[in-house]
Amino acid sequence: MNPALRRMKDLPSTHLLGAGSAMCAGCGGLLALHEICDLLGARTVFVNAASCMTLLASYPFTPFRGSWLYTAMASAPAGAQGVRDALDILSERGRLPPEQDLTAVALTGDGAATGIGLSATAGAIDRGLDFIYLCYDNEGYGNTGQQSSPATPLGARTATSTGAHGHPASKMDLFAIWVAQRPAYAATVIGADPLDLARKIDRARALKGPRLIHALAPCPPGWSFDPAEGVEIGRLAVKTGIWPLKEYVDGRVVHTHVPHPRLPVEEYLKRQGRFRHLFEPGRDTRVLAQIQSQVDAYWEQVCA
Amino acid sequence: MRRLLTGNAAAAWGARLARADYVPAFPITPQTEIIELLAQWFGSGELRGRLTLLESEHSMLTAAAAAAATGVRVFTATSSQGLLYAMEMLYAVPGWRAPFVLVNVSRGLASPITLESDHNDVLAARDSGFLQFHCASCQEVVDSVLLAYRLAEDPRVRLPALVNLDGFHLSFTREPVDLPTAEAAAAFLPPFESQGIEFRAGRPVSQAVAVLGGSAYSYFRYETHLAAEQALQAHGAIAAEFAQRFGRRHDAVERYRSDDAEIAFFMIGAFATKAMDAVDRLREAGIAAGLVRPRLLRPYPAAALQRALAGKRAVAVIDQNLSVGKGGVLHGELASVLYGQPDAPLLASYIGGLGGRDISAGEFFQIARELQDAVLARRVPPPRLLYTAGELRQMRNLQAIAAGERGMPEARA
Repeated sequence: MNPALRRMKDLPSTHLLGAGSAMCAGCGGLLALHEICDLLGARTVFVNAASCMTLLASYPFTPFRGSWLYTAMASAPAGAQGVRDALDILSERGRLPPEQDLTAVALTGDGAATGIGLSATAGAIDRGLDFIYLCYDNEGYGNTGQQSSPATPLGARTATSTGAHGHPASKMDLFAIWVAQRPAYAATVIGADPLDLARKIDRARALKGPRLIHALAPCPPGWSFDPAEGVEIGRLAVKTGIWPLKEYVDGRVVHTHVPHPRLPVEEYLKRQGRFRHLFEPGRDTRVLAQIQSQVDAYWEQVCA
Repeated sequence: MRRLLTGNAAAAWGARLARADYVPAFPITPQTEIIELLAQWFGSGELRGRLTLLESEHSMLTAAAAAAATGVRVFTATSSQGLLYAMEMLYAVPGWRAPFVLVNVSRGLASPITLESDHNDVLAARDSGFLQFHCASCQEVVDSVLLAYRLAEDPRVRLPALVNLDGFHLSFTREPVDLPTAEAAAAFLPPFESQGIEFRAGRPVSQAVAVLGGSAYSYFRYETHLAAEQALQAHGAIAAEFAQRFGRRHDAVERYRSDDAEIAFFMIGAFATKAMDAVDRLREAGIAAGLVRPRLLRPYPAAALQRALAGKRAVAVIDQNLSVGKGGVLHGELASVLYGQPDAPLLASYIGGLGGRDISAGEFFQIARELQDAVLARRVPPPRLLYTAGELRQMRNLQAIAAGERGMPEARA
């Protein structure tokens, strides 16, 4: 770990991502992206898949200091592949001075990461593509009004899971899918813990190959909470053990924070409108118990 | 250097002579030989650069355009279902204004699924913004790849180009091909110039960004359209230079014995050579027939086609495609530029050669007869779907067998 990243005041004081973008107030994805950009620096090309953040660069404005390429919903990793291959070819010919080289960063939401773009992602990992894959996960198709995606958690109400018990399936484990392919690096992060995030970006930056940064992105309109509470909800996601902070490096998964004591999941759920139906008009004890037991089982396995 | 080459090998040689730096690839019949040859050449060092196998054509097209937008010369190839799988990107990347060449080996589309050739695949890309070249011989394949790069990379154009060859009839057919020397090809096609469209740390760019509102959207769409129109003019000069250097003329519109013809066939692709043969035999029989064949379909050489067909009495458009519920795509396109023209010919529509079905000499003669009748009657015959009584008989046999199989007891292992 970079010894220079011990406390909050060690984080960069220069902020690279411009303000005034089209993201919603309190966007947890944007918070994480701000922190990540500060650490990655401007020598980047963000290769974007259709998602909320596609609107960051709207002609003629961009908040990025580096470059940007919008592709399509399914193929951001393939765009990163084309850019990386071309830069390598130029470099081999001596036509790219090292200081002109770039880091390719695929920037996608959870819809692309866990669904339509998963094949392109698996292909890029398989080819050992040297890139960072940044998924900001707001647990649904946020840009279209929060329909259920494979990343939607059990019990959450979405525009397409409107039944009494909310979303009937559990959240797809993107981190595990990546780890199964033995990438160079994979980590979960959250904007609400900037120091943990910074250490992971720092580590990822120093490695080569496929690297996942999976950021939980509390989403005020999609999850239905006051924008001012985004950071607190992010912290609760960690403290309740719902969002484990971990990394995969050198072939091992290490948890960078083990919440102890773990708060009950209800502390996290009851702050969000998308779970209100689990508490009102009556408690949905079955689904609440199911969510708690899934989290308990996860941590039992980790601490075993 | 004269060699016996398949159309696929000719396409690969085109990429080699163009010194393609990068080939993102995904295999599909009947295109596979192209990427296998290129992989071999990258492996042996005969080509410098790299070939990357993607996991789909959609990714392949994305990688192709992204690499072109980073400043290298890109070649890629696909066919049929693969072209359709990539279709989202096919429409997206021309607006990036990062030129590269895509070879399509034409093959009919499902359903039913088939391997053999027609043009519905490539015509689905008609409105994408790719320039489109259509080849009738293996020689034309290698020449068209070089021409396509020159045109695509022209500063007035800066659009990707698609070079089409017919599956099986060209892809797997060996023909003698005059290969330009590497030096001659290099003199015709200078090294790739990014013209400022490239990703570099020192000069950040935002590429393919979103727009808000119809005015900005329309502006960029119009700009792409106008660039494609400029390609028409640029093509004339580039084809003339090619002819001067290599002795082969590849005009936007090929006219075969059509200048003094009274009736004409209108076709694209390899089957046009069958029409040429029919023209020769009709001429021997004293019938003034000819062939008009657009090589360039996008941009559409409207003025050249008007000139080539003015004064003809009747023209048969033979479409190897079927716009379901409408008919032949080329027929509608040609009608749109001939309508209201002085001396415009009667325009008849024929659909044939779908999914590898042959168009026989006898059918060309029959079409010629119908054109002559139309001239006398001053009336356009209704559109025809070419199909013979013999074929129908065979089809009925197959249906009888299928019905019999369905009726069989399920005891079959």
